[in-house]
Amino acid sequence: MATTIIFFVLAAIILGCALLAVTTKHIMRAATYLLFVLFGTAGLYFLMGYTFLGSVQVMVYAGGVVVLYIFALMLTGRSDNQKEKSMSVAKKMAALIASLCGAAILLFVIISQKFAATVLTAPNEQLTSIQTLGQQIIASDKYGYLLPFEVVSVLLLACIVGGLIIARKR
Amino acid sequence: MITINCFLILSALMLFIGVYGFLTRRNTLAILISIELMLNAADLNFAAFNRMLFPEGQEGYFFTLFSVAISAAETAIAIAVMINVYRNLKNNFVENLDKLKW
Amino acid sequence: MNFTYTIFILLLPFFSFLILGLAGKWLSHRTAGIFGTLVLGVVTVLSYFTAFEYFTADRVDGVFQTLVPYNFVWLPFFDGGLHFDLGIMLDPITVMMLIVISTVSLMVHIYSFGYMHGERGFQRYYAYLSLFTMSMLGLVMATNIFQMYMFWELVGVCSYLLIGFYYTQAPAVAASKKAFIVTRFADLGFLIGILFYGYYTGSFSFDFTNTAVYLNGAMPGVGADFSKAIAGAGFILPTALFLMFVGGAGKSAMFPLHIWLPDAMEGPTPVSALIHAATMVVAGVFQVARMFPLWIQYAPETLHIVAWIGAFTAFYAAAVACAQSDIKRVLAFSTISQIAFMMVALGVCLPEGGYTDNHASLGYMASMYHLFTHAMFKATLFLCAGCIIHAVHSNEMEFMGGMRKYMPITHITFLIACLAISGIPPFSGFFSKDEILVAAFHYSSAMGWIMTGIAAMTAFYMFRLYYGIFWGTENVEYHEHHTPHESPAVMTIPLILLTVITVTVGWILPGSFGSFVSATGEAYHIHLDWSVAGTSIVIAVIAIALATYIYSGVRQPIAEKMKATFPALHKWAYHRFYLDEVYQFVTHRIVFGIFSRSFAWFDRHVVDGFFNFLAWGTNAASYSIRTLQSGRVQQYAFVFLLGVLVLILMLII
Repeated sequence: MATTIIFFVLAAIILGCALLAVTTKHIMRAATYLLFVLFGTAGLYFLMGYTFLGSVQVMVYAGGVVVLYIFALMLTGRSDNQKEKSMSVAKKMAALIASLCGAAILLFVIISQKFAATVLTAPNEQLTSIQTLGQQIIASDKYGYLLPFEVVSVLLLACIVGGLIIARKR
Repeated sequence: MITINCFLILSALMLFIGVYGFLTRRNTLAILISIELMLNAADLNFAAFNRMLFPEGQEGYFFTLFSVAISAAETAIAIAVMINVYRNLKNNFVENLDKLKW
Repeated sequence: MNFTYTIFILLLPFFSFLILGLAGKWLSHRTAGIFGTLVLGVVTVLSYFTAFEYFTADRVDGVFQTLVPYNFVWLPFFDGGLHFDLGIMLDPITVMMLIVISTVSLMVHIYSFGYMHGERGFQRYYAYLSLFTMSMLGLVMATNIFQMYMFWELVGVCSYLLIGFYYTQAPAVAASKKAFIVTRFADLGFLIGILFYGYYTGSFSFDFTNTAVYLNGAMPGVGADFSKAIAGAGFILPTALFLMFVGGAGKSAMFPLHIWLPDAMEGPTPVSALIHAATMVVAGVFQVARMFPLWIQYAPETLHIVAWIGAFTAFYAAAVACAQSDIKRVLAFSTISQIAFMMVALGVCLPEGGYTDNHASLGYMASMYHLFTHAMFKATLFLCAGCIIHAVHSNEMEFMGGMRKYMPITHITFLIACLAISGIPPFSGFFSKDEILVAAFHYSSAMGWIMTGIAAMTAFYMFRLYYGIFWGTENVEYHEHHTPHESPAVMTIPLILLTVITVTVGWILPGSFGSFVSATGEAYHIHLDWSVAGTSIVIAVIAIALATYIYSGVRQPIAEKMKATFPALHKWAYHRFYLDEVYQFVTHRIVFGIFSRSFAWFDRHVVDGFFNFLAWGTNAASYSIRTLQSGRVQQYAFVFLLGVLVLILMLII
């Protein structure tokens, strides 16, 4: 019961903050609302018992990505840039209708599917231990993720270099 | 009773809020924020499928992990590009970035 | 007898052309000139040596052998059928032409050294001269009609290049284009003639022994029907030969294709002497002479056309020459007239006894003889004119007069050449012209008298020119301002050498030209027919006396009066009977104005219109859909989203 209540509270926070993030005129606020959405998602991961994933979400997303956004906003910060003028109403309506239609279709698809009716139970630390994860991520056998791990590390390296090259002053 | 459907509906709504934001925002950074919302919805789906339907495996878990890493990388590059754009155009409005058409 | 060294007669000037043309930029004028002249000197020596060897060789059955030192198949067609050959052929007229070309070319090379002194493009000039010499020698040494055609076009190109040598001046450019287009137009006839001939006889070769086989029914296209074959033969060979003659008429400036030659005088004067008086313009005569065995055997009726075209051209050109004031134009028309004499001589050959009768075909020998002598004295005249122009800096007679005081050597050589062209013994022109007149009288007395009359006109206008330049009214004012002077030795020595040839060739070798060149190849001893010769001498002397009476004085009342009495005639003759204007009208008004314009309209509006429509349609379609590519990311995303939704709907329904 507590799980249900926590879930709906988190869902309400996520949806509310997401809506605010895409509708607010101040971009700094939008970034802040995004932060709350990400926190809410992290909360859901905790609720599912994926504590490591939840902490990664908090560290990387909330601690890294959002901070990056805020830096970028400050770097490009000008008063006329911070508070954007909204688009025409017609365009907004078109986007809204398209999004609603899409959401409706997707919800219809989800509801009409018959998934296994597993009910979320209380968090269980034993479900996936960090030790298991650590061993799997550097294992090279059937369920090992060594190769994706290495690929991602190379990708991150490339991003560091690329980011430097793109953003440096000439 | 929280079933898989609750998670899926939540992520679907989050995805289309992100789509709406992508279509309506003018500032490129705001558009990037909308993209983060969509990515986040996808991540949530991976984790939920793993947890609710195949709790003995770790595939969704790892996908989410890698997805987080990749989205961080994407954000870093995107922001570098946007800063460069800002340097050249003195603003960040997406309608100014149409020189590569035709 | 081995004549393989004759290949060097072609190769040396060609290499000279390559070296002067490619490396001329780095050579000084002096080096380039001396190099070109030396190479040509070697060629001349080789030519003379060839002639000596050839004519001292033993005759076979009283005929000089036709030798083919080189011949190889260049482009074979079909299997065993037609083929284009390249090679070298020596027969009497080739060897004679070798002497003419190399002599005149060498003289012109030496002369140009003085005449072109300090001109821009001196090396280029010598390169072109070398190329021309090579082409002309190749033309006369060709073993087959196709090879001849190739070199024929090459000399045309050289002529074009040399007429347009002063390419910064508009008249020279216009003249070179005119010469090229007119001769090229005529060469179309030549080419069609060659194809006709090659198709029906199965050979391009000048060895005519196989030609008759085809004419007796084995012609392709006519088939085995014997009577048809004979009928075809009676039509095809004359047609082919006449078409070739059209090409020759273009090159040799026969009426009405002569219009390019007077304008060609825009080129440097030594070039006029070499190309437009002595060698290239007689290529047409040479071509008819080369095909002569076929003409006389299969197309004697067509030969009459040649004779009458020649006679008319001779008359027309002589009449125009009487009224020109530009000395080079007078000489140009005189050249046309004299070449027409050669054509007439070929045309008046009688078919009786056919190929085997030297007396009936006297005109052949006369034509070649006149070609030889004319080349020498006409080159002299042109080179003299060059000296005069060099001294006076003008082509117009009004700036001359009384020049004998300033230029004694030029005066004497010019006088001798004038006497030669007028047919006064003992100069060479007398002997050759006399043979032509004999041949013409042999043909018909009308033709004989016409040609005698034209010979008299020749004497008249040549002495009009002579008196106009060297006697007559002196332009004292102009001469005081700018005193004329005799040319340097490098220019006068060629004059003297050519004059010596002109003076001596007639009587040093009396009657012996015919023993070298004749229609059958057997020796023909020239004997003067004194009734014809006497008449022509008397008429020529009368004409000269008349010219002396009218033009020699300081004041020329009779000339003025004649001009005043017949203003229209003078004006018409001065404007060459408005033939250029007729051409202008035909080409511009009729061809360009009516045909070309309608074709151009069709091309622009229908053909171009269709493609423009295609382009316009593509363009319009692109414009109408280009807004899809707006460059706006959000629009793309929106379309993408709609597409995805539609796909999902399609999948779930």
